Formats: sequence, structure tokens, C-alpha cells
Amino acid sequence: MTAPALLSVEGVSVDLPTPRGNLRAVDQVDLRIGPGQTLGIVGESGCGKTMLSRAILQLLPKKAKLSGRVRFDGQDLTRLGAEPLRKLRGRELAVVFQDPMTSLNPVLTIGSQLIETLQEHLEFDTATATRRSVELLAAVGIPAPEQRLKQYPHQLSGGMRQRVAIAIALSCEPKLLIADEPTTALDATIQAQILDLLAREQRRRHMAMIIITHDLGVVAGRTDEVAVMYAGRVVERAPTPLLFKKMQMPYTEALLAAIPKIDAAPHTPLPAISGRPPDPTRPIHGCAFSPRCRYAMSDCHQQKPVLANAAWPDHQYACFHPINAAAVSA
Amino acid sequence: MMHDTMKSALREPLLKVENLVVEYSVGGKTVHAVSGVSLEVALGETLGLVGESGCGKSTLGRAVLQLRRPASGRVVFDGHDLVAMHGDTLRQMRRRVQLIFQDPIASLNPRRRIGDIVAEPLVIAGVKARAERERRVREVLSAVGLDPDLVMARLPNEFSGGQCQRISIARALILNPEFIICDEPVSALDVSIRAQILNLLEEMKSRYGLTLLFIAHDLAVVKAVSDRVAVMYLGRLCEVGPSEQLFARPAHPYTALLIEAIPHPDPDVRPSESVPIGEPPSPISPPSGCRFRTRCPRADQRCADEVPELVAIAPGQLVACHHPLAE
Repeated sequence: MTAPALLSVEGVSVDLPTPRGNLRAVDQVDLRIGPGQTLGIVGESGCGKTMLSRAILQLLPKKAKLSGRVRFDGQDLTRLGAEPLRKLRGRELAVVFQDPMTSLNPVLTIGSQLIETLQEHLEFDTATATRRSVELLAAVGIPAPEQRLKQYPHQLSGGMRQRVAIAIALSCEPKLLIADEPTTALDATIQAQILDLLAREQRRRHMAMIIITHDLGVVAGRTDEVAVMYAGRVVERAPTPLLFKKMQMPYTEALLAAIPKIDAAPHTPLPAISGRPPDPTRPIHGCAFSPRCRYAMSDCHQQKPVLANAAWPDHQYACFHPINAAAVSA
Repeated sequence: MMHDTMKSALREPLLKVENLVVEYSVGGKTVHAVSGVSLEVALGETLGLVGESGCGKSTLGRAVLQLRRPASGRVVFDGHDLVAMHGDTLRQMRRRVQLIFQDPIASLNPRRRIGDIVAEPLVIAGVKARAERERRVREVLSAVGLDPDLVMARLPNEFSGGQCQRISIARALILNPEFIICDEPVSALDVSIRAQILNLLEEMKSRYGLTLLFIAHDLAVVKAVSDRVAVMYLGRLCEVGPSEQLFARPAHPYTALLIEAIPHPDPDVRPSESVPIGEPPSPISPPSGCRFRTRCPRADQRCADEVPELVAIAPGQLVACHHPLAE
């Protein structure tokens, strides 16, 4: 963790004007990730995790207001002009979305999209770019890559499209790959294959990666560090093994408990989190999770806990009554 | 447990699907969506039906209700073959079997009030008395954990996905059905909301004495609610068995693959990288013999030549494989 950060997100907030008032999608988030590291950002729909990734990529909706700094490889992306940003994205900073059709052009062949990216960013000639494209498709596990170059996205299955999107994202050897729910739309066996593929390519390229997901199961064995988000804020952050062993934030615990366990007997009631996330257009008094929290006390409803260091290194959480303490007093 | 199994074996199942074949054409080509599936669901039981997209599990669910007419086979519900039924008689039977869909928001008419959406099946069933309808609507809305006074006059867009799924469940319950087909009821929902809806389905099942066919692609979700699980691959059943037994000792290599692919929320469990590359082939031209053979590490010539039949491998457990995993 002492290595210089490749990406550091410093006090980033994102505000979106809506007909119902200002929506604070991301609230004062600080994060850092070193070269070759994997960070998992976990949270439910509407927690701000996707908006945070858009803020890092400088791909926010036009009306959104960003504050704070996003430093990537020595540059502040919030101050970079449109042209240098465009060059950076795709080359050093790549992204894979949940729906591969977000990044694939439906009217262009797989080949022209890959070749174009390589020519644009790396200034390859057509023959070199074609050869490299075939290599990339083979690397992401696409059978008969030469033939695939001539196909259009609609001729491929969802899993194959996601492989193509990953091939394009990896094509210019990025330093950081942001994978935003890369497997949520895919079936279980395909999900495992895609996550394996990302892990393998990451090791091979010594690339840093941010995996954004709602599933703690996805980050458990595949990340170095995890940040849990709730209502726009990071509420707990720790190296992955530490987080799972010593989680402090009741929300993290509840999120983990709500996952059906494969070794539990059928018809075991799931410890569901009651209620639902708060309306982000309304101001929140106190801890945003307090209305759903089984450990909440009166102070939780009045004061907002800050993300603070635990008594041991590398672990931060935002809670007045962390789980361990609650267990002792209970 | 043995006692229960014997009891249900003696009793006629509430739903019996026999050798069901469903095919449809897309662009002049025949899609072999369901190719000879037989299964039974006992009264009061939950049968989980699991498989990946395109395996035909949703088509099977719709074919049970005759929303898609099968090419051949029988669907016997409480002794009546639905395939042979038409018009009013079929409509009468359909009241006893309801369907809950994956996308809770898209399955509700956005321009109608919640009270009217939930009451609609009653209107169609000919319940004329408005007071009676309102009484029933209030009853089912309360049962699914919604406050009738707060929700009845509102429109679907004012509700979250989880709340819309509660409304769909209320609508499915209003005619007092005996059987509910749940088609991926929680796959569009967040983890915390998913647990709420799964618990609600279990609660409704015991409260109203329901029998469920629970269709999903997520094995862990299926196991959480099912007494028995049927695993489907490319239009055919691979394996059927009691949930715990199937997970503890899968006999079909595909079942084992699905179990292995479940991500463990535990950093000490390293994800295995043994999941083979490959995807299900197209149901337009399924492989000969065993349909899983193109992805199966155990496949040999026999798998290409002969279609494996579902045969008993352990009490209550059936497998369609020439080389089942045995330990």
C-alpha cells in the first residue's frame, strides 16, 4: 500500500440536478489504487458506484457537477481537456461495461472496431493491426478469431460480446481497467470464465483493475482491496482478507448475510436487510444506513459517522457502533 | 425425510409434465427449445428448475400454462391434461396456476393504479362486486407487506423493483391459485431486496399452501427455496434430485460445473480456474447424442451416438449421463 498510487480519487463528489431536487450521487469519496492492484467497489443499485466510475473516466452526464480531484498517473483528469482525455481513455485507461453493446458499435464488424482502436491509439498499419486483433481475440478465448473479425456484434452471444469488449479494452495495454458489473448480465458458467479471463490478463499485463459489482462473492477471491459503498459514500474499506475477517460496518455484514449460501439447507430464511436504500434527493440526517441497521442507536439517527481508521492498519469504516463492539455489548 | 419421499411417491403429483416438446421457428429455422422433458411436482412441493439462458427453462414454464403450445407431450395438472384443453375450460384451469415474471417493472401496466392492477384477475374472473374486490386486494397487498392505503392509488413508476415484485406476487395470489410458476423472480433485484422477496415467497407458500415451480439461473438462489432441483441444458433435463443430495453429490458433469461456477463470498476460497471455456451451442442445431457433450470433459463416442436417458442413480436422484460422476 506504500507504493505510489496509479489512481487517486480525492474528495470526489458528484451532484446531479433532477426534477425532484439535487441528487448527490457520490459524496466525498477518497480512494487509491497502486499499479497492478485490484480494487473491488461493492454496493447495491443507486449507491453511486457506477457514477463514481464515470467520474474517474470523466464520462459524467453533461448536467452533473463534479468536485474533488482524480489523479491518474501524475495528471489531474478533472483539469484535462477533451482531446488529451480522449487519447488517454482507451489507451491508458480502459473500461468494460455491464452491457457489452454500450461499447460495441452494432453496425461495424468486430474486426474494424478492434483494428480502428489499434490504428487510432498505437498508429499500427492495417496488417499489423489485423494480426494483433487476431492475437487479442485468441487471448480472450474466442474460437476461430480470423472469422470473428468479419462478424457483427449481433452475431455473437452475450458472453462472446463481452470477450470482444474486453479484447478492445485490453488492446492498447492500459494501465488501469475499470470493469463495471462486467458479468452481471451473464450466466454463471460464463461469469466464472470472464472473471478468470480478466484475472489472467491482469496478471500477465501487470495492469491495475477496478471491479464494480453488487456481489461480494465476485470480489472475495479476486481483489486486493474492497470499498463498500452506501448512499454515495464509502462506508468501509480494507484489504480483502481483512474485510471478510474483521468487517466492522453493519451494512457490509448484512450484505454478506443476504447472499444465499450454497451450503445452507433449503428453506433456511435469509437474513434480509429490511427496508430499502434512502432517497438520494432527500437530505440524510445521521448515518444513511441507520433506518435499516439492527445495531442503530439514537446517535446514529442524528450524526453522520465519518470514514475513520480502525485501531489496526489499513482498515477504515464509518460507524459509531461497529459489529465487534456491538457483539461485546449485546 | 425418507418418510416424506415415500409419501409423495404414493400421491399423484399436482403437476406432471410428460415428454414435453416445444419448438418454434425463428427466421425459417426450428428452435428446439424443449426436447422431451418429463417432470413432476408434488402437492406442496417447490421444484427448482435451473439452467443457463437459452436452455428452455422459461419456455417450459410458459408451455405448462399453454401460453406456448407444445408440439407434443402432456401437461397434466390435478388429473387434467392442459394440452387437450381450449377456450373457457383452459381459462378456468389457468386461474389455479399463476405466473410471476422476472422483470417486475415491465410486467405491470405503467398507466394503471396498483389497486386496479392487482384487482384485474378478479375482474376477468367475473367478480362483479366492487367491495368484494377491494377487500381481496387489501388482503393480498397486506399479505405481501405493502400498506394498501398507501399503495392502491399509486402508479407502478412510484415503486422500486422490489416493491413491484411484491405487487406482482399480490396479483398472482389474488385468485387463490394452487400452483405458482416463478420465472426468475429475483434475478433483476439487488442482494438485499432479493433476500426479502425469497423470504416472502416462502412465507406465502406456507400461508396459502402453494406448490411452486421456481425457475432461475442462480443455483444458490434455487437451493435456498427448493425441495428438489431439476437441472436443464439445451432443452433437456440433465439431472433431478433432492436439493441437498444434488448439491452434495452431483452426478451430471454439468451440475458439477454449475456448482463450481458459483462465486464464494469467502476470500479463503480461491476461485477455481478449471471452468472450461465454452458456451452452450445453439438450440437451432443441438449436438447429437448428449447435448452437453461439446463442453463435457468426460465425453466420448457413445455420448455423440446415444441420447442418455434419465435413470435413477440414487434414491430420488435421476441423471441423464453415460458417464455419471460417482464416488
